[in-house]
Amino acid sequence: MTQTRRSFVQRNPSVLWFMAAIGLFTALVAVMSEATGAGLISTSFVKTLGKTLCLCLVAIAMDVVWGYCGILSLGHFAFFGIGGYAIGMWLMYARTEMIVTESLANQTIPATPQEISDAIGNQIFGVVGSSEFPAIWTFADSLAMQLAFVVLVPGLLALVFGWLAFRSRVTGVYLSILTQAMTLALSLYLFQNDSGLRGNNGLSGLQNIPGFQDSGQDIISLVFFLASSAALGLGYLLFAWITDSKMGNIIRAIRDDEARVRFLGYHVESYKLFVFTITAVIAGLAGALYYPQAGIINPAEIAPIASIYLAVWVAIGGRGRLYGAVIGAALVSLLSSWFTGGGAPNINLGFYTIQWVDWWLVLLGFTFVLVTLFAPQGIGGLFDKLVRKS
Amino acid sequence: MTSLLEMSGISKSFDGFKAIDNLSLQIGEPELRAVIGPNGAGKTTFMDIITGKTKPDEGSIRFGELSRSLVGMSESQIAMLGIGRKFQKPTVFEAQNVRENLAMALKNPRGPFAVLFYRKSREGAARLETIAEDINLTEHLARPAGELSHGQKQWLEIGMLLAQDPRLLLVDEPAAGMTAHEREHTTDILKRAAKTRAVIVVEHDMEFVRRLECRVTVLHEGTVLAEGSLDHVTKDPTVIDVYLGRSDAGH
Repeated sequence: MTQTRRSFVQRNPSVLWFMAAIGLFTALVAVMSEATGAGLISTSFVKTLGKTLCLCLVAIAMDVVWGYCGILSLGHFAFFGIGGYAIGMWLMYARTEMIVTESLANQTIPATPQEISDAIGNQIFGVVGSSEFPAIWTFADSLAMQLAFVVLVPGLLALVFGWLAFRSRVTGVYLSILTQAMTLALSLYLFQNDSGLRGNNGLSGLQNIPGFQDSGQDIISLVFFLASSAALGLGYLLFAWITDSKMGNIIRAIRDDEARVRFLGYHVESYKLFVFTITAVIAGLAGALYYPQAGIINPAEIAPIASIYLAVWVAIGGRGRLYGAVIGAALVSLLSSWFTGGGAPNINLGFYTIQWVDWWLVLLGFTFVLVTLFAPQGIGGLFDKLVRKS
Repeated sequence: MTSLLEMSGISKSFDGFKAIDNLSLQIGEPELRAVIGPNGAGKTTFMDIITGKTKPDEGSIRFGELSRSLVGMSESQIAMLGIGRKFQKPTVFEAQNVRENLAMALKNPRGPFAVLFYRKSREGAARLETIAEDINLTEHLARPAGELSHGQKQWLEIGMLLAQDPRLLLVDEPAAGMTAHEREHTTDILKRAAKTRAVIVVEHDMEFVRRLECRVTVLHEGTVLAEGSLDHVTKDPTVIDVYLGRSDAGH
């Protein structure tokens, strides 16, 4: 019995479908956006769609770490937030610097570098009663350094945290609790005014990209949308490649029976660490693309609930299939903004009015219970069943 | 026949209960050895200690020409040294197909990056086919392991052991839940494997042990009660007393 070698795409038909779908979607949105003149899709909706693509990217990372490798991490949204903070620091610094230099330019005596630096510090940290630049802002003036931090900080944090946790063989619900504790600690730390990242004010004005002040938000939002779309496409390819490789077999085996994998001679901890770290890095990148579109990042974004949502999206979409995570994240996050943004009409029952702003969470929770009970494979699983039948 | 594994003076207790009590044992290469004993004799703990799952309180385990000490090594290090283990309950990766199960066990570099960039080789595929034939699963290579019958799962797990190409195989109750026909085939696989390596079979079933035609070690309360041919140990009065006598009386 000889087995013919099949290509990567033949083994993973979803990659081709996904690329076609996202390509078509991106082209459609681009053509209909305000930037290209058609104006059928508002700039704010382009931003919503772009942000959704970033959420899809962090969702596929979550799917790889949880759905494929069995590590229910409740910390991946923290990595997402760190990526956002890293790029936000540069955005805020560079823009403030520009504004300060402009306003000081009219003085008769040119401002000294020290004066400029003080003025920037005052602008940024005035809200937390300080004007000193904390040490973590040392490289905030350098885009290259902050971009490196987008990848390095989540990566290193995941590496160190993962090494400590996996080495002690912490698994299952205990590991989830540990990752959640990490997320909570980070969020609480950032809430403090002296954390160096403006406490609960967070970083704002991130939608203004220094150097592109002449371009309107319509153009900027479209560029970020396109970048998010490309990042999601590349991320999908990367994870499809990893899960299709022999690495994919091993991590699924670790999910199903970790002890057995050890007796096959594999160092399970290294594999978990690899998956945990690479998904954290991708989560950081997704965050760095998300927050310039959101315009603001604050510690509440990193609160543990966000990471729990991430798990809910992946569960609803279908664990262990990358497109499932995309479907779950896109569907739930868009519905969430529709319901909570006043898009859904309130239902008047006569004696009580169902206001979706309050009831959306109840609906989501109910849906989650239903999915867990009746479609444990999520929407992606139902999809797979249909494909197999036809 | 040179000695491959030497255990001496091994003891292990759990909360005061002595699961293994000053156990000493030697296995040659190649050799087929059956380990029998009543429930609670310490058979599983014995395997756990060799494979690194459980650390012994006392004693030493030496393996190979260099007499490397296994105490303190991790499970994966011991596995890489050439000790493979089959569990009592067949544990195969049910979500993956037979080919993938075997491919994971094949002797190849085990590091994450080597595995990530691993490309299938012709030799690997050929070896996989040979093993599949050996364990009667050639027609089932593309099936998910979860769909296999109990006996087939047992074979697959033995096949995964063979794919690891270990020098010492530890096989826990390979014939449990098998039909008479399947048992016969299992005996053949084990005997064949034992021509070139050391194989330790832990078994309850006397008939199966008889068919293996090998040296037998009787464990009782964590220590070696008797050792020798099956006929020899079954005539040993202490063995009759603690094991055979009791089970005969029960039937």
